Amino acid sequence: MTTETAAEVRRRGRVALIDLVGDVNAAAADNLDHAWAEATADGPDAVVLNFAGTGYINSTGIALIVGLLAKARAGGLPIRAFGLSPHYREIFEITRLADFLAITGDEDSAVGAAPRDADSAMGTTGGTSHG
Amino acid sequence: MTTLTGSLRRRFLGRPTVAARAQAAVRRPELAEDPAPIDIAPNDPLLAYLQSARGPVDVQALQLDSPALAALKAADVKLAVPLVSQGELIGVLNLGPRRSEQEYSTDDRKLLDNLAAQAAPALRVGQLVRQQEAEARTRERFEQELEVARLIQQNFLPKQLPELTGWHMAAYYRPAREVGGDFYDVIPLPGDQVAFVIGDVTDKGVPAALVMAATRSALRAFAPRLIEPGAVLERANEHLCPDMPEKMFVTCFYGVLEPATGRFRFANAGHDVPYVKTADGAVELRARGMPLGLMAGMSYEQREMVLAHGDSVLLHSDGVVEAHDPQRRMFGFPRLKEAVAAYPGGADVIDLVLTDLLAHTGPGVEQEDDITMVTIQRAPGSTSRLLLDFELPSVEGNERAALDRVGAAVATLLPEARLDRLKTAVGEATMNAMEHGNSYRADVPVCVRVLTEPEAVHVQISDRGGPPSGGPTETPDLEAKLAGLQRPRGWGLFLIKNMVDESREFTEGDLHTLELSMRLGAADDEHPGGTHDD
Repeated sequence: MTTETAAEVRRRGRVALIDLVGDVNAAAADNLDHAWAEATADGPDAVVLNFAGTGYINSTGIALIVGLLAKARAGGLPIRAFGLSPHYREIFEITRLADFLAITGDEDSAVGAAPRDADSAMGTTGGTSHG
Repeated sequence: MTTLTGSLRRRFLGRPTVAARAQAAVRRPELAEDPAPIDIAPNDPLLAYLQSARGPVDVQALQLDSPALAALKAADVKLAVPLVSQGELIGVLNLGPRRSEQEYSTDDRKLLDNLAAQAAPALRVGQLVRQQEAEARTRERFEQELEVARLIQQNFLPKQLPELTGWHMAAYYRPAREVGGDFYDVIPLPGDQVAFVIGDVTDKGVPAALVMAATRSALRAFAPRLIEPGAVLERANEHLCPDMPEKMFVTCFYGVLEPATGRFRFANAGHDVPYVKTADGAVELRARGMPLGLMAGMSYEQREMVLAHGDSVLLHSDGVVEAHDPQRRMFGFPRLKEAVAAYPGGADVIDLVLTDLLAHTGPGVEQEDDITMVTIQRAPGSTSRLLLDFELPSVEGNERAALDRVGAAVATLLPEARLDRLKTAVGEATMNAMEHGNSYRADVPVCVRVLTEPEAVHVQISDRGGPPSGGPTETPDLEAKLAGLQRPRGWGLFLIKNMVDESREFTEGDLHTLELSMRLGAADDEHPGGTHDD
């Protein structure tokens, strides 16, 4: 069954976290938009997406994340993620989302990632080669 | 100086025999009418005399047993000045009497001789230019006719072959430069039967193309009413005979397939015998019958066989067996039969024959005749087992139910990572079926079937959208999406292709199915798709 997505925003210092719970699909669009607006309202140093509570991400959900990435890129805002299952980590790799969004193993790493890493994760230096 | 108004024409009837037709045109000042042309026959001794003459010839003094000479004399021609270019007589300048009615002087003759020496090469150049222009016009007309023949023929060939579940059909048609009269056709018949036709009209070009079009129309008209191959050919023969041009006829093989049972009835109007690859080797589909359009009142033997799972029928035209190698040896029926017998299944038998044919003729050789082949292959017997079969209303979000149910059904068959990949692909395929196939109409369900085989698991997801429309799908490019050059969506097919070992689409009527396959026994870290290098 489809599970409604919750997207709650919390902060750790200058980093905003969005905790995603449920399915990341078309139904998540509004909640995700609101959460992004809330998370970026006070100009954080970075935004971290927490996927630990998600069980299903479909192609529409990936498109939503692409949308967030485009916004972050436009504002020069680093964006990171953690809590992805190995399967979705693989999907983030083959879609190349992982080239533009730093994926870490846990929340502390995501929050504490050095700005240089974050810049790299934003893809501003590019250079990763994919077939 | 005598007024010379004569003209001269030459006509080439092929070398070395040259027929010269001289219009000796002499007109006295007082004569207003044009003189009649004088023909010089190829064997007239005057030709040989003029060819070897040195300078102007005094016609009235010349004594030869020559009809042309007699005619020239009668026309009051006084001097004949041979025009010779590169040793070849290309014309004659005929002069009547001088206005002064005096004889031609030595100076006159020298002047005429010099004039002839100058005029002959110029006349020759003019003749060659006209000849080349005429040849170019002939070539252009020929090419235009070939183009018309090609257009007629290709317009009457099937635009696409029907898709029949459990059957694979393919056709190959390649016209020779001088378009022959090959054709093939596939005709849907009542009761889900399908007729297959292959034929060859004698002759080439536009006449063959027109007879081909008439034959095809006749077969298409009689096929749905008469069904039985023997009856259809008999009726078509009666129809074609009265109007068939002389020395033309049509060879034609006509077969009717019942896809559900594999029953194949056929009759043959003198066409090259088709072969069937069976488990026991290559079998000939022989049935007696005269070509169409030769003689009225013919009957056609009808025979039948049941095509078993894995059997492949090859219909072919004589362009295959009559193709020559550089030593002028024909490809021949035995070699074609051997090629069919050696066909291992899998890829198309047409490709196998074409490869063998190319090895025979050698590369870059101009094709002598049209080459046409049609294959009808019955899929190998299935050992699959139906594991799950259910329907879902086309309602947004229902893909979760599809992937959960499929996941539960095959959970014990696949390692975890491969199971996750299949579930993602099932979810995406179900979304596509609901959205693009069924337009999210809740009353039009998506059907999901899970089949297992010893080597693989297949998930079939069907919608009622018919064949997919539109061109090739855009490959998603994240950088292009981030730059706003591609829309953010469009990941579905990309994910499907990268998640499963194999995916294929097929359509039967409006039922469009995407089949996703995963090999069993593959390691967990084995990457399907293979489009990325991480």
